[in-house]
Amino acid sequence: MANVNVKKVDRITQTLWEKSYIPEIVRGLSVTSRHFFRNLRPNKAKRTTFTREYPEVQTVYPERYRGLHRLMLRDDGQVRCVACMCCSTICPADCIHIEAGEHDDPTIEKYPSIFVIDELRCIVCGLCVEACPCDAIRMDSGKHIPPYGERDEAFFDRDLLMQLGGLSQAKQGGRR
Amino acid sequence: MAEVLIPIIKISVIVFGFVMAVASLMTLLGDRKQSAKIQNRIGPNQAKFFGFSLMGIPHFIADGIKMILKENITPAGSNKFLHTIAPGLVFMPALIGWAVVPFMDFYCTGTVQTLPDQNYTEICVGGEWKNYFSIMHMNSGLLFAFAIAAISVYGAAIAGWASNSKFSLLGGLRSSAQMISYEVSMALSLGGVLMIYGTLNLNEMVRMQGNMFGDWLPMWGIVVQPLAFFLFFLAGLAETKRAPFDLPEDEPVIVAGYITEYSSMKFAMMQLAEYAATVFIAALIAVIFLGGWQMPYVYADGIHFLGNHWTPFGEEAWYWISIFLRIGAMVFKILFLVWLQFMMRWTLPRFRYDQVMTLGWKILLPLSIANLFVTAFILMIL
Repeated sequence: MANVNVKKVDRITQTLWEKSYIPEIVRGLSVTSRHFFRNLRPNKAKRTTFTREYPEVQTVYPERYRGLHRLMLRDDGQVRCVACMCCSTICPADCIHIEAGEHDDPTIEKYPSIFVIDELRCIVCGLCVEACPCDAIRMDSGKHIPPYGERDEAFFDRDLLMQLGGLSQAKQGGRR
Repeated sequence: MAEVLIPIIKISVIVFGFVMAVASLMTLLGDRKQSAKIQNRIGPNQAKFFGFSLMGIPHFIADGIKMILKENITPAGSNKFLHTIAPGLVFMPALIGWAVVPFMDFYCTGTVQTLPDQNYTEICVGGEWKNYFSIMHMNSGLLFAFAIAAISVYGAAIAGWASNSKFSLLGGLRSSAQMISYEVSMALSLGGVLMIYGTLNLNEMVRMQGNMFGDWLPMWGIVVQPLAFFLFFLAGLAETKRAPFDLPEDEPVIVAGYITEYSSMKFAMMQLAEYAATVFIAALIAVIFLGGWQMPYVYADGIHFLGNHWTPFGEEAWYWISIFLRIGAMVFKILFLVWLQFMMRWTLPRFRYDQVMTLGWKILLPLSIANLFVTAFILMIL
């Protein structure tokens, strides 16, 4: 109990004008009624409502919004992923399951024969995108993770994720 | 036959067509839409009639249907009889008081003459006054209104006691203490007005407010008794348990006060009764302080302004136009005051309970007594 720091704060003294209360009520009423009438204007652009009418009007997401995963494609439409396991290793929620398979093309070493993301476990941290060495997984689809009825529906497999995917600008398999 | 029909028509038009309509619309437009506008929100707009949201008015019908379909719960250990009749006891006084509120002057079967040399008093020549625009013509109308407003505290207290819940009991106690305290200053603030007008009849009071000071300033209550207007307005807010005086249903402290244990339509009745009481107090303030159905310079036989007099559209037509103008003025004043009460609600934070009592007994009461004495003194000198 020795060293308790006590800071004395002076009480805010009210003037007689403020103490008489009614002028201050009128001041408060003027503020609220200004807002009231401003938001009654027929021109909706001049109102100051901040409500987002979400289901009717889609919210504009920022450019780097992390949405549903997607798997990018090669130029010939095959999956770009080389099953290097970087994403499933770094994933803190342990939600990516990859089984590598041998590719027929000798220039491509591996491909994911099974690639499943459990979107229920995903914490949308974006580390998988950071870890990917060949721009194969992205989270820029701009979509929410949809609601599920069954738990199985939350397991997004390779083909489903590839449907959202597209061509990447990055070159893959080029010589150094 | 007409003697029976006319009061029934008057009651149904005033009570159901006006009071209930305004009170139930206020649950939506006043509470939810108005607060939304003040707080830069949109407010309820999802219930729709054929795809039109109509300012959210369908929500009030949806709420009504929801209330009817909800389970009606009577808590265990409550007094079932009192718990059931309490909403009625709150609700009835809010409607009975309307019996004496005049929406227009008496209808004159002859022709009306305004006498500018006798303070713009209106007299009916060649006919008699017929009471078509207020339910009851009562010489002690003001006393009746106060008596009715005061007994609504029984409903709140009984509801609080019969619910067998500590929150309800606290709410009921708070409500009775608050209403009894503010009743005193409310009535005393009107003392000065009564001395000036010299009548308890509300319609007579409104007629007196058609008088003019020096041909241009209408002798409204707010002009002759400005302090009493503020006192009465504050006490009226407290009396109807509106914010910032809504301590009896202080949700962070005692859940919902005396309506905690009510559900279904009983709850809706309690809520509607509060809104109806709000409209009733607004009507009383309009009648006593804002000239009731009087419009400045507009009289039944034409427009009088600074000693000039002209009658647009001829005598007969103008009488009807003036009737509609005056009813419109009364309705407008009531709606404006209701709006103002809701603005107060969304402007001011709630008082603490000791602050409410301090304001009532230590500020409003001495001020109203002082107002009474000063008015009496001035009237004695004049």
